[in-house]
Amino acid sequence: MPAVSMTVNGKAVTADVDIRTLLVQFLRENLRLTGTHVGCDTSQCGACVVHLDGIAVKSCTTLAVQAEGCTVLTIEGLAAPNGPLHPMQEAFREHHGLQCGFCTPGMVMTAVDMVRRKGNELDEKTIRHELDGNLCRCTGYHNIVKAIAAGARAMKGA
Amino acid sequence: MYAFTYHRPTTVRQAVNLLAKNSEAKLLAGGHSLIPVMKLRLGSPGALIDMNKIEGLSGIELKGRSLVIGAMTRHGEVATSQVVKEALPALADLAGMIGDPAVRHRGTIGGAIAHNDPSADYPAAVLGLGATIITSKRRIEADEFFKGMFETALEPDEIITKVSFPLAKKAAYQKFKQPASGFALVGVFVSKRGADIRVAVTGAGASGAFRVTAFEEALKKRFSPKSIEGMTVPATGLNGDIHGSAEYRAHLIAVLARRALAAA
Repeated sequence: MPAVSMTVNGKAVTADVDIRTLLVQFLRENLRLTGTHVGCDTSQCGACVVHLDGIAVKSCTTLAVQAEGCTVLTIEGLAAPNGPLHPMQEAFREHHGLQCGFCTPGMVMTAVDMVRRKGNELDEKTIRHELDGNLCRCTGYHNIVKAIAAGARAMKGA
Repeated sequence: MYAFTYHRPTTVRQAVNLLAKNSEAKLLAGGHSLIPVMKLRLGSPGALIDMNKIEGLSGIELKGRSLVIGAMTRHGEVATSQVVKEALPALADLAGMIGDPAVRHRGTIGGAIAHNDPSADYPAAVLGLGATIITSKRRIEADEFFKGMFETALEPDEIITKVSFPLAKKAAYQKFKQPASGFALVGVFVSKRGADIRVAVTGAGASGAFRVTAFEEALKKRFSPKSIEGMTVPATGLNGDIHGSAEYRAHLIAVLARRALAAA
């Protein structure tokens, strides 16, 4: 089995994996970082979104070996351990941008990436368009959109 | 997913050699078509050759009257590139309509063209602009490149390195999206470059992207939606499935062609 090495949430990790291992499996099963979810497994729902070298990707459609030497950020690494929530997480809490919570990690990781690309002032139309690849089957998106707009503003200077 | 051997070349030459040695090998670019196909066990390549560590395959450059895009350039880069937006805005628009943001972060132009999914967006632009596919061996004109559904003129050990798009005076892409998959139920790319007028359709053809020569002829007089008013496309040779019949797709081609002409 080939060895794969990468930095996950600031920590260097190395493991022997079956070549077929998807990045999401590696995170969940090898590293026990189960915040990243598998919803559809067909690249559509976005529950598995993580940042690969700072860019949002669907970890169910990426092989673990493709992340060799890369930096991966998952929902677990967004805020410092035992510290306050990341401003985007806090905005989801404040605006109740969730019901069952299954899609939330992917939503938050997508939202943070959205801010990276589109800035801190996001209008509703932009947010809804950008959420094309993240499905929520509970909320109807209304509070998610509000949370992202507020979280984006809160990230300014944070 | 079935097992495979994994290779990570650092030069195109190494990749070509690996391809030549492994008849069951597939190139892994963005992986957003290939990995799903492998997960569904619709495909089981014996070897994957990962193109991601090869330097120099990515980038966007304006060379004279052509826009040259490296094969490993991601859809998101094309969609947001200032160079593309100024030189060929229709191409930036098209790239921005592929999949969703996370998919656009990974998917590549070379991968999309080599895969030649009959519902993919890029084949419409390649055909609709008369692009040239530059490979590890030669240059292939768009009209000679697409050979039917998932089939191209690429030889087993040939790798796309760049795609060169001639700048059009006018161009636009209109897409009727399949709402669940984001793929084109029908997409129409129109362009005018001097006397060269092109109308290319994706999503509808049972053999992949194709040109509508009757529309192109009619547009020679005037590049305007009025020139093809009332014209239709026969439904023969078009796809029909649960999402839309061949007749419906034929109807969409004419509608989207007129919209694209109005937008160009």
